[in-house]
Amino acid sequence: MAAAMPLALLVLLLLGPGGWCLAEPPRDSLREELVITPLPSGDVAATFQFRTRWDSELQRKGDTDHYFLRYAVLPREVVCTENLTPWKKLLPCSSKAGLSVLLKADRLFHTSYHSQAVHIRPVCRNARCTSISWELRQTLSVVFDAFITGQGKKDWSLFRMFSRTLTEPCPLASESRVYVDITTYNQDNETLEVHPPPTTTYQDVILGARKTYAIYDLLDTAMINNSRNLNIQLKWKRPPENEAPPVPFLHAQRYVSGYGLQKGELSTLLYNTHPYRAFPVLLLDTVPWYLRLYVHTLTITSKGKENKPSYIHYQPAQDRLQPHLLEMLIQLPANSVTKVSIQFERALLKWTEYTPDPNHGFYVSPSVLSALVPSMVAAKPVDWEESPLFNSLFPVSDGSNYFVRLYTEPLLVNLPTPDFSMPYNVICLTCTVVAVCYGSFYNLLTRTFHIEEPRTGGLAKRLANLIRRARGVPPL
Amino acid sequence: MGLLSDPVRRRALARLVLRLNAPLWVLPVAWLERTMRSVGLEVYTQSFSRKLPFPDETHERYMVSGTNVYGILRAPRAASTESLVLTVPCGSDSTNSQAVGLLLALAAHFRGQIYWAKDIVFLVTEHDLLGTEAWLEAYHDVNVTGMQSSPLQGRAGAIQAAVALELSSDVVTSLDVAVEGLNGQLPNLDLLNLFQTFCQKGGLLCTLQGKLQPQDWTSLDGPLQGLQTLLLMVLRQASGRPHGSHGLFLRYRVEALTLRGINSFRQYKYDLVAVGKALEGMFRKLNHLLERLHQSFFLYLLPGLSRFVSIGLYMPAVGFLLLVLGLKALELWMQLHEAGMGLEEPRGAPGPSVPLPPSQGVGLASLVAPLLISQAMGLALYVLPVLGQHVATQHFPVAEAEAVVLTLLAIYAAGLALPHNTHRVISTQAPDRGWMALKLVALIYLALQLGCIALTNFSLGFLLATTMVPAAVLAKPHGPRTVYAALLVLTSPAATLLGSLFLWRELQEAPLSLAEGWQLFLAALAQGVLEHHTYGALLFPLLSLGLYPCWLLFWNVLFWK
Repeated sequence: MAAAMPLALLVLLLLGPGGWCLAEPPRDSLREELVITPLPSGDVAATFQFRTRWDSELQRKGDTDHYFLRYAVLPREVVCTENLTPWKKLLPCSSKAGLSVLLKADRLFHTSYHSQAVHIRPVCRNARCTSISWELRQTLSVVFDAFITGQGKKDWSLFRMFSRTLTEPCPLASESRVYVDITTYNQDNETLEVHPPPTTTYQDVILGARKTYAIYDLLDTAMINNSRNLNIQLKWKRPPENEAPPVPFLHAQRYVSGYGLQKGELSTLLYNTHPYRAFPVLLLDTVPWYLRLYVHTLTITSKGKENKPSYIHYQPAQDRLQPHLLEMLIQLPANSVTKVSIQFERALLKWTEYTPDPNHGFYVSPSVLSALVPSMVAAKPVDWEESPLFNSLFPVSDGSNYFVRLYTEPLLVNLPTPDFSMPYNVICLTCTVVAVCYGSFYNLLTRTFHIEEPRTGGLAKRLANLIRRARGVPPL
Repeated sequence: MGLLSDPVRRRALARLVLRLNAPLWVLPVAWLERTMRSVGLEVYTQSFSRKLPFPDETHERYMVSGTNVYGILRAPRAASTESLVLTVPCGSDSTNSQAVGLLLALAAHFRGQIYWAKDIVFLVTEHDLLGTEAWLEAYHDVNVTGMQSSPLQGRAGAIQAAVALELSSDVVTSLDVAVEGLNGQLPNLDLLNLFQTFCQKGGLLCTLQGKLQPQDWTSLDGPLQGLQTLLLMVLRQASGRPHGSHGLFLRYRVEALTLRGINSFRQYKYDLVAVGKALEGMFRKLNHLLERLHQSFFLYLLPGLSRFVSIGLYMPAVGFLLLVLGLKALELWMQLHEAGMGLEEPRGAPGPSVPLPPSQGVGLASLVAPLLISQAMGLALYVLPVLGQHVATQHFPVAEAEAVVLTLLAIYAAGLALPHNTHRVISTQAPDRGWMALKLVALIYLALQLGCIALTNFSLGFLLATTMVPAAVLAKPHGPRTVYAALLVLTSPAATLLGSLFLWRELQEAPLSLAEGWQLFLAALAQGVLEHHTYGALLFPLLSLGLYPCWLLFWNVLFWK
């Protein structure tokens, strides 16, 4: 399964707000949200979202200049506590009040999945977009593992997940809510219940499926005043069976095939499990220059037949300057597996270009899949400002499909590596020393030295020599 | 190390073992899938099928189809770039149910830990090595041996190391470790050291080649026992066959070894907790690896678990052996040159402007025929047995496997009749120079081949060099021909194989009678051909296409007329 992995991803986007340009003037305010989704496997996913906006005097002029568009990835970086602390400091209430109280590092890093992000973008303040404000949105998603933390039990509470409960809202927040997914998976009866009972529920279409959420509003004074803290509990009425989790419509897998240190093949498998609808996928691949791609070997097959991409953009790599960039629009037939493969040759680096741990291998960044995935349930377009923040994670454009961006797993590729052991270094050093010493000694030993007489009396001497030669006497 | 310390897990393991104790004729795929999923792994299956070139009589299989089951334990918060493999090969003849039970118990234990930085793949393969080969080929998306298999649904990045586990009996009294892989490849010595560390730590009795570790290296017994172990390793490595499913991982540069739990009928026995602890320790150590294992030796020989002979020590031995061939070739060259001097009109002092190479002087034509014929013989030996098995079964009352082996022997023996055929073809102008030139070419050919073999598979190169070099150097058409002929036949590749089998069983303290030895020899021939086709072992083509024709050249020299 290639969901987005925890990965320090740096995307500098200067894109405009696009379709969802706002009419309401944004305020300098904080909206915070926690979405808890119990998964059928017994695990629980928790997603935090914090959004702040503030006005700025910066003027936007014209469209996005693609010259300034950059994309960069650090595939070997895995998110850790070092990344959480500065991230928390960006929050208005830090981790003192509100939902951010729950952000306790030792619990968040005791999970099976962790991903955190910072998005910053300009937002138009009026229809003509003459002035903008900036939006800072921070998201953090974790998946708690029923096996590791639950010891086999599948009931959850806020305290068990975060070892904290909610006590007060952040004073700066204009909205502070907890959503719990209570969608019934089986049609006959409810499978799980939440405690305390929610005051309101919210229904929407998320990722193409109808979902029901229980809402707990921290700004609602009755919610916390009853017991001075809010500890939401989830109980499975009927514990879910150990069955394979439902497969998403679009998922992908990436791997290196072949063996040996000369050649290899990068393969990406794109799965469309939708029973009857085909949809296009934009595949973006950046491959480091030291894997020399053979573009003529690019093959795309689905269901045993060749699949011609409708658009290909390829920018070849330049050694030590820029990586390969390959972008393709591929139509995925319904219920199919599409294999995109391209062969490469492993380059030999200069000896100073190897990392300190060359035998670990070199990382190849994940490919990025962007797709409009058809949804089973038609969603109605919603007002972005009114609906919960998590709605905009998977924006819906026209109701019949939703937007998904997937990152495949990064790859680890071994390059031909010299033996950087002590003998190797000794050989390198002695060769250098011998070359330098030998060179200078050889130069000294083979050179013949002549002592040149200083020339005195140029013309007189030459004349004298002429006369002496005429006389048959050796010259001066 | 909390593995199996609580009674619930131990009971669960006992239940698993009881459940699995029934003979595993077919892998209980659905049950394994369910169990692995209940443990919390991502479970996938892979089906494969393979039609062997001819029926395998030792394993009783021909049209093989099976299913591999594997579960991936995803490392928390990591990006699935690296993985470790614990594999248990199951087959109809080697019920490995204890090992499957231990694998599941380990999976359940590992699943509860949060320190994993690499994914761990728990792989149960059917039809032992064939299943492993199918899985590895599908994992790396290559097809080396013509295996038909379904593509893998789940992957876990680059495999860093693998451990294969075989527990052949319910009672384990010692653990044997096998390192020799396909074509004599060896894993990094550090992996073996790791195993040895945990053996000592857990107080396990660990053996190498089924031999106990000598305690006392100062007296004569210790080194003698070490020598026995060393010889056993040389014989095993020279055979080029994978001794355990770890051997197939080495091609993909995955350091791997096989652990075998053996009931050697000693007093003390270990429960599976001890074995499990050693495995857990090894996996935790491998999990902490930053780089692939690369620091230690890849080329070594082992007289004991804690001692090794490095390449720098053993390589000169082969070098000196091959030097003999080189010197003999030089001598022949000079003799040829002098003979050429004698025949041709006397010229000035032989300076650097020596005339054409003697082979040209003799005439290449006289060399082409024997070279071509012996190479063709080798090609026939390589191709015909498998190709002509159906013809043979139609005309003779033999099974396919027997047909292959008997054809092999027949062609091999037919090669000995060659000199009587070739001498008619050769022009007989200068008989002495003819055989000298042929021997010169054969010596250089042999030296080159043995040099290359010794570089890739030292044991094989050394074994062949020690047997072939003396006879090859001595072979000439004058003198006691029968003695030379007997010597040559005794040192031919097939005779070396037969002798190695006897030596091997002698060292294992299970000596063979002549009839048993012959049966084992026939089985080994069939296995050699099969392993070439199923796993890509190179011993059979090497012997049939390289060394056998070369040996025929010497036979040719001996019967030169």
